[in-house]
Amino acid sequence: MAGTLAEKVWDAHLVRRGADGSPDLLYVDLHLVHEVTSPQAFEGLRLTGRTVRRPDLTIATEDHNTPTLDIDQPIADLTSRTQIDTLRANAREFGIRLHSLGDADQGIVHVVGPQLGLTMPGLTVVCGDSHTSTHGAFGALAFGIGTSEVEHVLATQTLPLQPFRTMAITVDGALRPGTTAKDIILAVIAKIGTGGGQGYVLEYRGEAIRALSMEARMTICNMSIEAGARAGMIAPDATTFDYLKGRPHAPEGVDWEAAVAYWSTLKSDDDAIFDAEVVLDAAELEPFVTWGTNPGQGLPLSARVPDPADIVDENERVSAARALEYMGLTPGTPLRDIAVDTVFIGSCTNGRIEDLRAVARVVEGKRKADSLRVLVVPGSARVRLQAEAEGLDKVFLDFGAEWRNAGCSMCLGMNPDQLAPGERSASTSNRNFEGRQGKGGRTHLVSPLVAAATAIRGTLSSVADLDDAARILQNA
Amino acid sequence: MEKFTTHTGIGVPLRRSNVDTDQIIPAVYLKRVTRTGFEDALFAAWRGNPEFVLNQPAYAAGSVLVAGSDFGTGSSREHAVWALKDYGFRAVLSTRFGDIFRGNSGKQGLLAAQLAQEDIELIWKVLEENPGTEVTVDLEKKLVTCADIVAPFQVDDYTRWRLLEGLDDIGLTLQHEAEITVFETRRESWRPTTLPAKHLPSVHIEAARPVVPGPAAGTAALV
Repeated sequence: MAGTLAEKVWDAHLVRRGADGSPDLLYVDLHLVHEVTSPQAFEGLRLTGRTVRRPDLTIATEDHNTPTLDIDQPIADLTSRTQIDTLRANAREFGIRLHSLGDADQGIVHVVGPQLGLTMPGLTVVCGDSHTSTHGAFGALAFGIGTSEVEHVLATQTLPLQPFRTMAITVDGALRPGTTAKDIILAVIAKIGTGGGQGYVLEYRGEAIRALSMEARMTICNMSIEAGARAGMIAPDATTFDYLKGRPHAPEGVDWEAAVAYWSTLKSDDDAIFDAEVVLDAAELEPFVTWGTNPGQGLPLSARVPDPADIVDENERVSAARALEYMGLTPGTPLRDIAVDTVFIGSCTNGRIEDLRAVARVVEGKRKADSLRVLVVPGSARVRLQAEAEGLDKVFLDFGAEWRNAGCSMCLGMNPDQLAPGERSASTSNRNFEGRQGKGGRTHLVSPLVAAATAIRGTLSSVADLDDAARILQNA
Repeated sequence: MEKFTTHTGIGVPLRRSNVDTDQIIPAVYLKRVTRTGFEDALFAAWRGNPEFVLNQPAYAAGSVLVAGSDFGTGSSREHAVWALKDYGFRAVLSTRFGDIFRGNSGKQGLLAAQLAQEDIELIWKVLEENPGTEVTVDLEKKLVTCADIVAPFQVDDYTRWRLLEGLDDIGLTLQHEAEITVFETRRESWRPTTLPAKHLPSVHIEAARPVVPGPAAGTAALV
């Protein structure tokens, strides 16, 4: 029977099929762990006398709480330090590999997995973090789970799951210069809404997706959850295999041959039936920014702040009015006129080396606007090392940006990197929820290119707004 | 897990849609390593506002939350469910839930019941006109009762069964441990293991330092 990519990966992991409405039991290939959603799971194991079934399929990093300054000093925030210490103790007790702060392989769990070559096509990958969908860029079925499920996977290496529905998101055409994967996914979310993907695995396909690098594909899959979907996937191809080859945990020799042969079968059959389909034309996309307090409240940068009075649906109208009040915005204001206080470049959405290169290309030889601060936070310590090897750190420092150590940082403000109340950011992260980057903070989600241009001009801007736009876009 | 058959308690109208888990419990409260004691963190950003529904005495002891659409979207944090439970909620009614939140609720004995929008509107009206009105959520019959409103709700059959029986998921799965072991023997050798650990050579990571504030901030001011 014809099948979708998601169904093929699902079927390959069936330990047992559920009957009479009970869920299927799926095997988990790779379990990623971090400090925030794991302490209660380990405690649960201790209380029930259970152990970790497969420490060799489990890996942990410290990312959410870690400071991005003075990482060689004890963590100043005592509750953060306790949570990190708890993870270290649990990793020791249960024999789990942990990359701690200061280690060259520390970083955001969704950046570390792929760079180590642990994330591969055809795997099931889970983590107590909703942005686990990132790993779907490789053609893995990857999704976030809650702490009870973390405990379940630690104890059994499986999860009971009801089958997902499937949605094809076809992005035809070619992106225009200055637009990026981030603009694609923000446009997708604006189109289907923050609940549009609920219950679905999204499969991104089409010419524009095929043309993307692995890192750009990760940006897209990363934000599937912001459309309500548990997972997003992209069929593996030569781009995927080239990215993986030679990475520390990539298969070698005959294993590599066998893997590539199998991975090459991992695509939706031509006559596979999706439960829903959405089509977008990449050539029509402009740089996209959010104006509200959920990732679906976004518009092209050339637009104006919407007027809630024009919104027909009552729920959306109320939600938009509340969002504008929180964001301190007036309907009709051109988005380009919005001044920001902070530019944050980083996160599991846009904290990889290509993102930093894109920003550096825009800001090289310039100075940031005096009115704002710029934080550049690499997604992992290896990304930081790579950027330094390429001299990007110098570009950022000369620009007036702060060059930090790796972690989740201001994406969710669990460490000291936060917005002050009323402060406004242009952020390459994934969520513009109320208070996400600090209590009372106001977030506009943007691509790395828009973040860079905004840091130069002080207001939400695209590369096209810069004097040297032609030069930058030509070299892109 | 505690069994859930039927529950009656004060209904709390939360007239907001898209209440994501960052609103239910902000990230700053996720640093704790315990599983209880999150009641103070529930809706923390709104609790300072005297107008907020839980700050009104008639609703303060509520145990059935009646929310707008797309409740519990966003972050996977199970702390959102713990905070609702620790506050005293036993059931949340909405037209649609975030997938992970709904799953987490089922694991923790918090009933996430899906109702039609018209029924949510009717219940809101009753609860707002007569604060303190009780709502009964009957999981066996899959019915919500509030004053003269009787509304059906949806919950998946498996979650319903587990809640009614108060069953522990891990215990259920371990009944199939032999099948898990058989599956593992078939696992292809190309599939990764995290141990023994492989990585590029270890390198010392320099600690970034704070930039000295002031007009000279920038590269020259690095300490």
